[in-house]
Amino acid sequence: MEKPRGHRGLIGRLLLFTAGSFAFGFALVPLYSVLCKVWDTGNRWYGTQTAQASVVERPDTDRVVTIEFVGNVAHQADWEFAPTANTMKVHPGKLYEATFHAKNLTGHPVVAQAVPSIAPQTIARYFKKTQCFCFEPQKFASDESREMLIRFIVDRDLPGDIDRITLSYSFFDLPQQAASNR
Amino acid sequence: MAHADTHDHHDHDHKPAGIGRWLFATNHKDIGTMYLLWALFMFFLGGAMALGIRLELFKPGMQWFDPGFYNSLVTNHALIMIFGAVMPAWVGLANWMIPLQVGAPDMALPRMNNYSFWILPFAFTLLLSSFFTAGGAPAGGWTLYPPLSLQAGDSFPLTIFAIHMMGISSIMGAINVIVTIMNMRAPGMTLLKLPLFCWTWLITAYLLIAVMPVLAGAVTMLLTDHYFGTSFFNPAGGGDPVMFQHIFWFFGHPEVYILILPAFGIVSEIIPAFSRKPLFGYDAMVYATASIAFLSFIVWAHHMFTVGMPLAGQTFFMMSTMLIAIPTGVKVFNWTATMWKGSLSFEPPMLFALAFLFLFTIGGFSGLMLAIAPADFQYQDTYFVVAHFHYVLVPGAVFGIMAGVYYWLPKWTGHMYNMTLAKWHFWVSTISVNVLFFPQHFLGLAGMPRRIPDYSTQFTDWNMVSSVGGFVFGFSQLLFVVLIWQCARGGAKATDKVWDGMMTGLEWTVASPAPYHSFTEAPDLTGVADSHH
Repeated sequence: MEKPRGHRGLIGRLLLFTAGSFAFGFALVPLYSVLCKVWDTGNRWYGTQTAQASVVERPDTDRVVTIEFVGNVAHQADWEFAPTANTMKVHPGKLYEATFHAKNLTGHPVVAQAVPSIAPQTIARYFKKTQCFCFEPQKFASDESREMLIRFIVDRDLPGDIDRITLSYSFFDLPQQAASNR
Repeated sequence: MAHADTHDHHDHDHKPAGIGRWLFATNHKDIGTMYLLWALFMFFLGGAMALGIRLELFKPGMQWFDPGFYNSLVTNHALIMIFGAVMPAWVGLANWMIPLQVGAPDMALPRMNNYSFWILPFAFTLLLSSFFTAGGAPAGGWTLYPPLSLQAGDSFPLTIFAIHMMGISSIMGAINVIVTIMNMRAPGMTLLKLPLFCWTWLITAYLLIAVMPVLAGAVTMLLTDHYFGTSFFNPAGGGDPVMFQHIFWFFGHPEVYILILPAFGIVSEIIPAFSRKPLFGYDAMVYATASIAFLSFIVWAHHMFTVGMPLAGQTFFMMSTMLIAIPTGVKVFNWTATMWKGSLSFEPPMLFALAFLFLFTIGGFSGLMLAIAPADFQYQDTYFVVAHFHYVLVPGAVFGIMAGVYYWLPKWTGHMYNMTLAKWHFWVSTISVNVLFFPQHFLGLAGMPRRIPDYSTQFTDWNMVSSVGGFVFGFSQLLFVVLIWQCARGGAKATDKVWDGMMTGLEWTVASPAPYHSFTEAPDLTGVADSHH
């Protein structure tokens, strides 16, 4: 029987294709971040985790929006973590302050990270923060407790059908490596 | 076909002796047989887990298992059926039939073929050993969504490495199929003369090398998140668990076509054979298969409409999903048109192919319902989804495999099998599979969630019906084993052509049983008109 045509070239191309697919799986990670920013979606984008450089206060006193605060502790870690006030009535275009209370009950020093989420997601871009404890990891000594501040403003352009916004934070114990990577 | 002189096989077949024949097998027929027997074994193992699930769900309340073990039954049932039963069965059929159909003496890469089979027992030993680890077997669902999957006990690394090994095995199998079909075709066997089983497998093989590495990447990210402090899916470190779902389903949706496309190929060969008419629209079938494969890459997010995505995203994924109905419809209508005014007979392979045609289409229709984004919010994670994908996988993919086995078994063993027993197997399976899965549509629409061992009492009646169907279906598969056993041991001598039908593949030109070494001289099809056009 005649020797089959050389397989090496084809096998090489197929292996390259396979390696490319493996790399593509990892390329989806940055791609996902970019697309979430472009489409203004995902829980961690647009204004939820970055400070606004400057905001202009132009209160719209005719309009009242209710802000609900929610605090969660991830992975059943030993923390007290809750908003000081559960709701707050605000005027769009005016700067407000709110606090969350946290207490480390783990019995040892911990670095924690709060991760925000806004509902409804589609209006995340109208909720702007000038200061937030979620912008950086929070160091807590054993048994330390403190109030943590956020300063925010709801944009005047908030769509008219929205009268209630929920701002939720999940509080995570930051793993050691992740803490040093940040 | 005009090359009956090509099978000057020798009866002294030079089979290696003893266990070494199997351990060091490089013969495509031996490896195909091992793959098929492995798949059958896994089918029963995964099936036993399914019966455990149906046993627990027979009535409301907690009867037999604790919820953690129940969830590991659900998870392992899926992993075993997908990676242990259906995929190896397709690779087994490819091994047996593709060289015979393209007129090649063997697969292109026989040694790699051996490795890709023998990886599987090790992979599944790893997976199943997790049942004996602290925390039990993986129980977070076969989709391995974090953070739940990251909270597993010692089973976690075992599961990840098992998936890596299954992936390597199927990638090697896929490369082997592509090289065989592209490089080893007999002279004159042009691409558009290929039997459709080869075509659908070729396209499946490309899907495999495109997406199995993506799954490998996703589970590697899980592994580094768990042990090396990365934060791909950990929000505390800036990651996002929803991203896992996107990467997983970028693999997962093409994967479901990997499970079904070879069945399309088999049905496309069996229906013309027993309708005694050429396949209606051969070229359209090839292009439709390729279109389905292409579309499978841009529909993944329909598995996760409820995670929250922009309206534009939901609309895009809804529309692209519905688009798949067009090439699939082309196929269903072509099969139907093939039978139109044909001279039909109902041998067991034809019966299974027809049941496939009807029942797969039901699964396709419920898939269209699920594609409707606003409606999907009601169906998400209910038994309606379970009913949908079991219709496409059991009377779809599994019946496709069984149709293929019933079609080619006499060619493999050289004996006809017991037709009465085969028809019993067919009718009991077909009726019970509907008793098993059809009521699950009602349960899902009424709101019964999946992956929960207990349920509200109003779901009792249909669950009992479904469980009865499940047990009848499960035990009726023993008929299949008895039939294969009998056929391997003896029976009426099969002719080379086996069936009184219009079969056109080269496999019918070799003797029955197919000699250990076939097509050592390639048949020459140059100038031979093919029957498709």
